Amino acid sequence: MYSASDLKKGLKIEIDGAPWIITEFEFCKPGKGTALYRCRMKNMITGIGMEKTYRPTDKIDTPDIEEREMYYSYKDGNHYVFSDPNTYEEMQVSAETLGDQAYFLLEESLCNFVLYKGEPIEITLPTFIEKEIVETEPGVRGDTATNVTKPAKLDNGFEIQVPLFINQGDIVKIDTRTGKYAERVNKA
Amino acid sequence: MKLENLRKRSAMLRALREFFYAHEFFEAETLVRIPAPAPEEYIEAVSAENGFLRTSPELALKRLLAEGGERFFEIGSAFRSGEHGRKHREEFTILEYYAAHWDYRKLANFTAELFAAAARAVRGSEKTVFRGRELDLSRAEFVTVDEAYRKYAQVSAFDADARGDFDELMVTKVEPELGKSGITFLIDYPAARASLSRLSAADPRVAERWEVYIAGIELGNAFGELVDAAEQKRRFAAAYEFRAAQGMKPYPEPKDFYAALERGIPEASGCAVGVDRLAMILCDADDIGMVRWE
Repeated sequence: MYSASDLKKGLKIEIDGAPWIITEFEFCKPGKGTALYRCRMKNMITGIGMEKTYRPTDKIDTPDIEEREMYYSYKDGNHYVFSDPNTYEEMQVSAETLGDQAYFLLEESLCNFVLYKGEPIEITLPTFIEKEIVETEPGVRGDTATNVTKPAKLDNGFEIQVPLFINQGDIVKIDTRTGKYAERVNKA
Repeated sequence: MKLENLRKRSAMLRALREFFYAHEFFEAETLVRIPAPAPEEYIEAVSAENGFLRTSPELALKRLLAEGGERFFEIGSAFRSGEHGRKHREEFTILEYYAAHWDYRKLANFTAELFAAAARAVRGSEKTVFRGRELDLSRAEFVTVDEAYRKYAQVSAFDADARGDFDELMVTKVEPELGKSGITFLIDYPAARASLSRLSAADPRVAERWEVYIAGIELGNAFGELVDAAEQKRRFAAAYEFRAAQGMKPYPEPKDFYAALERGIPEASGCAVGVDRLAMILCDADDIGMVRWE
């Protein structure tokens, strides 16, 4: 259990059987009145936001949240299998949980898992990964402007926007947080 | 940036003092370490050897009223345990001022002029910008607590107080609407929240108390001072009882203050202002830490 005075930005709490993270926090004390702890928070599973105000005597549940590192091993049907680097214990993650991030999984990539009651609710991939462009319109030599883009396909079929100078066979760096092209690593 | 703010703060303090001198207030200095703080329901004093650090100079300055002081002010440090946030520090700078024979509305008008003078000294004009919001501190409006609750929280202030969410509504619904473009005096608190103010003779459901706001930030609290010794002791007794039930620190009774009450405190009004918060507004800073050297 947390006391209201433990509340702060970034703290994870449990309300009605769901995990929430505090995104904004303010200590308030209206004139001659009681101290109040104003929180804006986000549901860690649904992403829904809400505001809640606590009094000094309030107690807040602590969620069963664990963070650990797992590396990506292989795909098994509609699931992605990750392994613990120390125990080799495996964990299956559904395609739904991963969303578009699944396109950026590389074998042996070390990912950060947030588990709620043992189930992964948030998976953070390495910030940058490198992928080969397997299909795109031929590059325009000398045009190094990055604000004009064209579509390009990765080997797994995912389409990203790249600058005009990128060619088929080039290796590019992608930001997994945004799913966007970052820079060219190797020319084909 | 910080040094620039400290210079502005200095200009503000000078303007505040000059305004008081021009209106024949003298500057008082009272003890920072005191034997007995006023028993407040939601303010906890910091303990010191042989006493407590003052949570405000209120009781000492009221004794000065009984002594015959007509108009005076004090600027100094005060301490409140466990208060820390954007607008709070355990140690902060408080300004208190008292005027015998002034009613609480006259003190409000004086306070509006005081803030305008501070703005002119720091910003060169009563017009200023705080967090992107344009403010004109030459404009002051009055709104009663009940009007504000009905308008912004859709409930009467008396009902909110009775059902127990007065403070929550104040913070979430009412305060953000106050002082949006200038100075707002939130006046006439429900009698249950009179604190150390006297009840209104015209409407005993409310107390002669106001709080002053700029840009949603509470800057000060004022009372038409309660000077009835018996009523004052009754309110302190209730506060001691509340504190004991909450497991708060026991305080000795303020014997000097009781003696002053019995000798007689003249009718007066008094106000306490958070100096750091006024500096925040005038420096366009969103945390006290930006306007104090900590």
